[in-house]
Amino acid sequence: MFKFIAKRLTATVIVITLVSISVFLIFAILPMDPARLTCGKGCSVPVIEANRHRLGLDVPVQVQYGRFVKGLFVGRTYGQGQAKIECGAPAFGYSFNKHECVTTLIAEAFPVTFSLAVGAFILWLLLGVSLGVLAARRQGKWPDRASTVFVLVGISLPTFISGLLIYLLALRLNLINPIESGRWVSPFTNPIGWVKNFYLPWITLALAFAATYTRFTRSNVIETSSEDYIRTARAKGLSEKVILRKHTLRAALAPIVTIAGLDFAGLLGGAIITEQIFNLPGLGRLSLRAVLIDYDLPVIVSTTILAATFVVVMNLIVDILYAYIDPRVRVG
Amino acid sequence: MTEPILKLVGLKKHFESTSGGFFNKKKGVVKAVDGIDLEILPGQTVGLVGESGCGKTTAGRTVLKLYEPTEGQIIFQGEDITHLSRKRMKPLRAQMQMIFQDPFASLNPRQTVGTLIGATFDIQGITPPGGVKKEVERLMERVGLNPEHVNRYPHEFSGGQRQRIGVARAIALKPKLIVADEPVSALDVSIQAQVVNLLDDLQEEFGLSYLFVAHDLSVVQHISDRVIVMYLGKVMEEADKKDLFMSPRHPYTKALLSAVPVPDPIKGRKRERIILVGDLPSPMNPPAGCVFNTRCWKVQDKCRTEIPALQQIAPNHRLACHFPEPAA
Amino acid sequence: MKPFLEVKNLSVSFPTQDGLVKASNDISFTVARGETLAIVGESGSGKSVTSLAVMGLHNRNAADISGEAILNLETGPIDTISASPEVVRKLRGKSMAMIFQDPMSALHPYYSIGDQIAEAWGLYNKGSKSDGIKRAVEMLDLVGIPEAAKRVKEFPHQFSGGMRQRVMIAMALVNNPSLLIADEPTTALDVTVQSQILKLLKDMQQEFNMAVILITHDLGVVAEVADRACVMYAGKIVEQSAIDDIYYTPDHPYTIGLLNSIPRVDQLEGKRLLAIPGQPPSLISLPRGCAFRGRCTFSRLVPNNRCATEVPNLDEKIKGHFSRCHLTEAQLTVARTSVGSRV
Repeated sequence: MFKFIAKRLTATVIVITLVSISVFLIFAILPMDPARLTCGKGCSVPVIEANRHRLGLDVPVQVQYGRFVKGLFVGRTYGQGQAKIECGAPAFGYSFNKHECVTTLIAEAFPVTFSLAVGAFILWLLLGVSLGVLAARRQGKWPDRASTVFVLVGISLPTFISGLLIYLLALRLNLINPIESGRWVSPFTNPIGWVKNFYLPWITLALAFAATYTRFTRSNVIETSSEDYIRTARAKGLSEKVILRKHTLRAALAPIVTIAGLDFAGLLGGAIITEQIFNLPGLGRLSLRAVLIDYDLPVIVSTTILAATFVVVMNLIVDILYAYIDPRVRVG
Repeated sequence: MTEPILKLVGLKKHFESTSGGFFNKKKGVVKAVDGIDLEILPGQTVGLVGESGCGKTTAGRTVLKLYEPTEGQIIFQGEDITHLSRKRMKPLRAQMQMIFQDPFASLNPRQTVGTLIGATFDIQGITPPGGVKKEVERLMERVGLNPEHVNRYPHEFSGGQRQRIGVARAIALKPKLIVADEPVSALDVSIQAQVVNLLDDLQEEFGLSYLFVAHDLSVVQHISDRVIVMYLGKVMEEADKKDLFMSPRHPYTKALLSAVPVPDPIKGRKRERIILVGDLPSPMNPPAGCVFNTRCWKVQDKCRTEIPALQQIAPNHRLACHFPEPAA
Repeated sequence: MKPFLEVKNLSVSFPTQDGLVKASNDISFTVARGETLAIVGESGSGKSVTSLAVMGLHNRNAADISGEAILNLETGPIDTISASPEVVRKLRGKSMAMIFQDPMSALHPYYSIGDQIAEAWGLYNKGSKSDGIKRAVEMLDLVGIPEAAKRVKEFPHQFSGGMRQRVMIAMALVNNPSLLIADEPTTALDVTVQSQILKLLKDMQQEFNMAVILITHDLGVVAEVADRACVMYAGKIVEQSAIDDIYYTPDHPYTIGLLNSIPRVDQLEGKRLLAIPGQPPSLISLPRGCAFRGRCTFSRLVPNNRCATEVPNLDEKIKGHFSRCHLTEAQLTVARTSVGSRV
């Protein structure tokens, strides 16, 4: 088991390195010039070049990458003398638009995205799995049909529609104060405020994901119920409750670990639409602004690499979890 | 002496298996078939028996070059076909056909029986006298299917009928050799006999040769002229049917025969029963020396170190054992 | 003393879109402790359906079940057909147990062998989990699994087919049941492993003094282990008797046909097999009269076309030997020796 994890960890590091290199290359090739964008119209060439130097873009791309990696481990310093700016390790870069180290920006945005993802994740797992199990147990009866309708609606409604509907409804019912809603409230200092802040986006995201999970759980439970080992469990004299809980669900839910892990990792990189609708200052909005409004290269590169890292790391966690759940996967 | 239809000389088929992940690949070799010699004469049936994992199915497929042989020679009608290219094999394929265990899995469910049987002619570019349609109907009738059902699909037939479709397809081009891989083991008892009889009749009618691969010794005994007993890729014993079944010399053959239940209660109670201990070892990691030594009740030190060679012990009787049973 | 299991007029049918599938029809038999009853038949003959009904393992919403299956327990008789599902559940594993054809898929892949056996034990015994594991090791030892104490922690995929069937047997017997139903227990196994498992079943039957129902299609296996046998065809018992009579004086043309159609490893004459022509009827639209009529070579001997109009009763033609056929005993004697049809 240890060897398995060590092997997978090495692979994970390699993948993340490759991803970060490709991200760098992609942005190096793009025909936009961040140095020019830093100082509005009518900029003189010397100013642009000076900015380019400040941004660290006057060196070849491999040197830029080297500086980036080095910054991750030892921190990074920009400019000299009066204008000297220091970003401590792990430094992802410096945003000249926001006049802030990218690490600080991420550190501010991440708790928001993480809160959003965790809450929605728990909600959609509970909702999707229980609805799926219910539908499977009452196959063909009304709970099954009702869940089919739910699945259809959930899958066909995009989040920007369902999110907007929920947002407007909440405004109508005075559930949201549109001015205050975007402020970050820590769950440790003000748990009620935290929930208040997040429950509507949670519901929005959970609805979209729960539909897929309902369908998936339903078909897995039905399939597992007809396995020979479930018949064996029945022949042993186990009660239906124990059979469902211990035998059917264990096998039926194992594959859900995989997709749940990846879905969760995807959300950690930022739920762009939901964050935008509910005005949440998370990673999704940070990257969206960086791309659309500011063309803030250090932020774009960092959030992209971060999002990829979440997926790769979560993949590793899922594999380890899966080996723990399914003994057949454990390699000897 | 008549020329054999098929001759195998030291035929081997090894599979490489890789395990482990991206970084350290462990390579293993499964010696699925590890040296078979055999001759099948025209009109003769040779049975290939053994338990699961003994390599009998691989052997059958390698003979038809569905697998590329690792070593040895396949000589078909005097011609060495071991390393013939796909293209050069194609005309020969009309002469050598296969019948599979699961008739349902081997028939395309979206094609009618007529298309399925007729396709054999198209592939070889042959137009039978009287046209394909006529010939297909004649074939269906010959194997005991109603020619009026020519436009039905495989799922509309029972297991036994599907196997008849498989047989019709195999004999369509009037082959010389048919490799039958467990052709009746998926069928019910009363249907098995029908298909076995059909195979018998066709052999007589067309002078076919069969390589009959099966695990059921009773069926093999019934249909074969000669029998080869395999274990973990190796030939244990090979003899004419009568010799093999009346006086098996290899301990494995003897145990195998004694393990077959006989539908005769009184005889069954009196029969001497050799119950082998343990299971078949993994083909990935076969025992040293004689591959059977881990389960043999006569095992001695020599068996664990020295591989017994397949030796002629009587005319038409070959054996690979250090301590054979006495002749009956 | 009454036999442990008495099945009376048991019928199971499944309503489907195409019609009512009469899977088993008017089945009656008994099995006593220490006795092995074989139920022989081809696929679709209703042999498994019958035993699943006795175990109460059919989905009651999907199957129509009538008749009785009475377990004569020390505490009094219980009919598993009419008793409440909860009562029947508490008989499963304790009074009656079952093992299945495919040992590969019959064990849960995610739980260790020990956990699965201990779970069965824990249902009817008070004790900690480690007591259950201890008991599992004892059982594995009993069914001949080497190094039981070590292997108890392993998972099903680490066992061979034969070993898994031993595990299934250990699990079925852990609560000392009075009845064991073995549904094609050796069909998926190699012949040398089959004889190991059959011997194990015999030994276990003696050890636990069980009534055993062996469901199989293999007449060789039946001859080897059964004391009595029921031959089933198209959902009905067509012949039932002590084992030797089934083989030496079969009283139904189907049984005669089956015995003639199987090649035998102990008989070397290269005679042509005497196949039964045709194929079994659909269970949705059974023919009028005798279900075997269409494949029977002897029905023309019966006057007035009775085979086509009248369902034969399961009559006791000779003491203890029942058969469902209109032929007289004299005609059957001729049938036994006749060559029959050669298809």
